[in-house]
Amino acid sequence: MHHLVIDRWSRGTSPLHQRDPRAKLAALLVFLIALSTTPPAAQAAFATYAVVLILAATLAHLPIRGLAGRAALVLPFSATFALLTWWSGDSLRALALAEKSFLSGMAALLLVGTTPLTAWTAALESWRAPRMLILVIQFVYRYLFVIAEQAQRMRWAALCRGSHQGGFRSAAGLVGVLFARSWLRADGIYRSMLARGFRGRFVPVALAPFQASDAIFVSTCLAGCLVIRILL
Amino acid sequence: MNQAIYIRGLRYRYPDGTQALNGIDFHLDARESVALFGANGSGKTTFVLHLNGLLRGEGSIEICGLPLADATLQQIRSKIGVVFQDSDEQLFMPTVLEDVAFGPLNLGLSPADALTRARTVLKRVGMTHALERAPYHLSAGEKKRVAIAGVLAMDPEILVLDEPTTFLDPPTRRDLLALLRSLPQSKVVVTHDANLARALTTRAVFFDRGQISGEGDVMEIIQRFHWEYS
Repeated sequence: MHHLVIDRWSRGTSPLHQRDPRAKLAALLVFLIALSTTPPAAQAAFATYAVVLILAATLAHLPIRGLAGRAALVLPFSATFALLTWWSGDSLRALALAEKSFLSGMAALLLVGTTPLTAWTAALESWRAPRMLILVIQFVYRYLFVIAEQAQRMRWAALCRGSHQGGFRSAAGLVGVLFARSWLRADGIYRSMLARGFRGRFVPVALAPFQASDAIFVSTCLAGCLVIRILL
Repeated sequence: MNQAIYIRGLRYRYPDGTQALNGIDFHLDARESVALFGANGSGKTTFVLHLNGLLRGEGSIEICGLPLADATLQQIRSKIGVVFQDSDEQLFMPTVLEDVAFGPLNLGLSPADALTRARTVLKRVGMTHALERAPYHLSAGEKKRVAIAGVLAMDPEILVLDEPTTFLDPPTRRDLLALLRSLPQSKVVVTHDANLARALTTRAVFFDRGQISGEGDVMEIIQRFHWEYS
């Protein structure tokens, strides 16, 4: 399961893992702004961004192929717009669109792959991001496990009773039951959260003081992005 | 003697019309442990969900002298810890340590104090080796210990245990029983297991179709309702 792997990645001990989550969030923001404002013709800049991300992933001891594979999941969504742009005759812009979405996905994965969920949501909260947004992120993350587990149990139960791949009808039935069971399980989890004093807000873990090394990290990212954006 | 739980005339009907509780009178003294027996669907779990206000029916409920109401809900939830039957529903944070610290953080403890308390409680239940592990990777016995730690971390005066030994193998069950017996809190134990009830409690209450149909010494209730597997 993808979220299980990312969760394991996020608990590493590399220099990138040790950076303050606020610093990494700021670096991601800088990177995304630079990336999104890079003109389509600056293909050398896109290549450099990719090299920077690969270097960062290597520094964080994250598997490049695993990271790229997961980042590629965004491509089917951006490909629709890229194809439309390509049909309208602007192939360079179409290519840049696909590159931007893929590299954005890589960068975001690099953040969540080097920062535990509780830490980067605490960083978001310290920046006064809307509480509802943070709550939604946290609940989606938790209920992903619930749904994945239920799906796996149902699949095993079906296989034990001689199920093969099944047709559309059985798949539709499974999805319906999966939804109902996940809803019940989620209700149970919410109930146990209330029993332990949950008041509609995950109390964030304390963030360690922002170190000089974190400030240097953000400054380096900012300078690097500016250099790539302006010179290439 | 101080009453840990005092309930009068508790009634509850589910939205589908099922009358799950029909006039329950119940009390639990401080430092007392009581077993709740009864067939599946007799109302035991519905009753338990009323003890910390997760369900709200008619009648009066007092926990450690506090009447259950909106204004006292958070206070009551810190006094009564519920360990649910399915540990997977109770463990939802990314690591064991964070999961156990969840309750203390909600109580208003500082993150440092909450983590210290979580570590202390995890040591008590013998789970210090799993602080940074994901709860869903633990064995059933370990999950149960972490679930109990999560509740103990809130320093409750009453423990409610819903089928605490379900899914556990005999050695794990034995270890868990020793742990539960060492805990000083008042206990309400929902169980089908007469041996567990004998080991943990002195008094038993028998639920039947949303009512209490018998109450007394554990052995007496077991014999009166033939509540043993063989």
